[in-house]
Amino acid sequence: MAEVAVQDAHGPSRSLLTGRQKRRLKESFLGYLYISPAALILAAFHLLPVGYAFYISLHKWKIVQGDYLGMANYQKVLDDPAFWQSLKVTVFYVLGTVPLTLALSLALAYLLFQKVRGLDLYRTMFFLPYITSSVASSAVWVWIFNPRHGPLNQILEAIGIAPQKWMLQPRGIFEILGQAMGINVPSWAAGPSQALVAIMVFVVWFYVGWDTVIFLAGLGNIPSELYDAAKIDGGGRWALFRHITLPLLSPTIFFLTMMAMIGSFQAFNHIFVMTRAAGGQLGGPLRTTTTTSILLFDRFYSRVRFGYASAIAFVLFVIILSFTIIQQRVGKSRVFYQ
Amino acid sequence: MTYVDSQKAKQSRTLVRTLIYIVLTAGALIALSPFVWMILTSLKSYGEVATRAILPAKLRLSNYVEAWNSAPFARYFANSFLVSLCTVTGVLTTSVLAAYAFSWLDFPGKDLVFTVFLATMMIPGQVLLIPNFLTITRLGWVDTYWAQTIPWIASVFNIFLLRQFFATIPKDLYDAAVLDGCGHFRYLMTVILPLTKPALITVGLNTFLGSWNALQWPLIVTRKESMRPIQVGLSYFLTESGTDTQLMMAAATMTILPTVILYFFAQKQFMEGISTSGLKG
Repeated sequence: MAEVAVQDAHGPSRSLLTGRQKRRLKESFLGYLYISPAALILAAFHLLPVGYAFYISLHKWKIVQGDYLGMANYQKVLDDPAFWQSLKVTVFYVLGTVPLTLALSLALAYLLFQKVRGLDLYRTMFFLPYITSSVASSAVWVWIFNPRHGPLNQILEAIGIAPQKWMLQPRGIFEILGQAMGINVPSWAAGPSQALVAIMVFVVWFYVGWDTVIFLAGLGNIPSELYDAAKIDGGGRWALFRHITLPLLSPTIFFLTMMAMIGSFQAFNHIFVMTRAAGGQLGGPLRTTTTTSILLFDRFYSRVRFGYASAIAFVLFVIILSFTIIQQRVGKSRVFYQ
Repeated sequence: MTYVDSQKAKQSRTLVRTLIYIVLTAGALIALSPFVWMILTSLKSYGEVATRAILPAKLRLSNYVEAWNSAPFARYFANSFLVSLCTVTGVLTTSVLAAYAFSWLDFPGKDLVFTVFLATMMIPGQVLLIPNFLTITRLGWVDTYWAQTIPWIASVFNIFLLRQFFATIPKDLYDAAVLDGCGHFRYLMTVILPLTKPALITVGLNTFLGSWNALQWPLIVTRKESMRPIQVGLSYFLTESGTDTQLMMAAATMTILPTVILYFFAQKQFMEGISTSGLKG
């Protein structure tokens, strides 16, 4: 303020802007300047490409742009049995990994939270898979599942179970189990292929530690007075878990479910490595591990059908978005926020 | 409570605690055993792998030399280090500046810009893959480090994270600094950054991990062997080295090593980062 007065006193050439306005202007300029590097990158590689991708999806596009097709690519996606097959595989993948990972990590976090000795050491060990490269750890699991030399079949044989083909087995897991028990399982109930089950085992192993650490943080946020009060009321261990821990953890469970679902629709690295390193085709055997994200990559990269692959990407986008919206709706009514 | 009762309660408590330790230890063994197998196999001979020997008769460290020499691993590692370090530097720079603007500066349209930034987080990566690939091709960036770094040097998630941390710094500090004639840039560098070091380390570590472990994007923007980062190089090595499992496991061990070392040195920051991201997410 003092500055303004001095300036004004200097003569008739009054500045058009007061000092405060100048400072405002300068601050605005600085604001735009500071966000510009991030804004430029985000615009160029994360926002505008969405429009570009939609434009591509409306064309026949094999490396170079071809004819305008309108919505024909979308029609083709919805008519493509490979697309519906990939959705089925993705649904199997979600059902086989998300609930199990959540249940296991919640159990581990709950146990770790019981003032155990060596908490840090356990947590470090559980978390280790997550920080390793999924390419390298997938390679290890491909070898574990190796039908001829892998340790898993070695263990199965030692306890008297026939060796399995794992990553090379396109037959459904329920069909295989049924056969072993002498039950004839109809083909519609065959379930995910054994190869897909092997991939699910990897996924659960890989993500349990991450979920556990987040659950631990969530458990730490529950005020201990609540437990004390409930104990005075004579609540047992299970009652405490059911009526205090679980409801108060619901935001965490909700967050992890959402991340896992979205992640499942984008799963790539481990399926890419496990199916190819096992000696098969990408998304094999017999496309039984081709999730929608793998199908998209195959159409884009192996078959260079950019227009068609972009249409798949948008269908996937719509699916993920509607999941997010549904989960947020449900979340609002069911999740208990402190 | 009688003596016998309390004795019984004590016994059942001990039993429960023992069970807890058994379950936790079993979990830890399952988490670790693939790594143990990986290392054991990496030290076996080809014959021992084929005959399914559990332990190698002698530790063949030469497998590591052989694996290292059977593909340009030195080049892959150098590429990955370069790309990861540049990405970390880029993300820290753009995120710190943007987070500062969003938390400490006032400018027209700020909320709108921030909402648009957040909205980009909803876009799945697959939608961006093809248009970005075409952009990179048109720029002539295929087989360059630009293609592997530039698209990833801005991260909304990290801007968001840092903004939360910057906003916790009391305003009094700013007023005092301004009285000293300190401009925004100096205030950011001398006051904000030192105070938010843990958050910056978290952002740096997560970015490094993400960049080091990336596969899909570098896979599509590299054609020459000499430009491949380690994950891409390793994935080719896995499909091209035939049946030499012991060499694959040696290569996998080497690939995992840098992140494991980093993890053991900065475990606390990793955990803090994960916890905050989980809760704020």
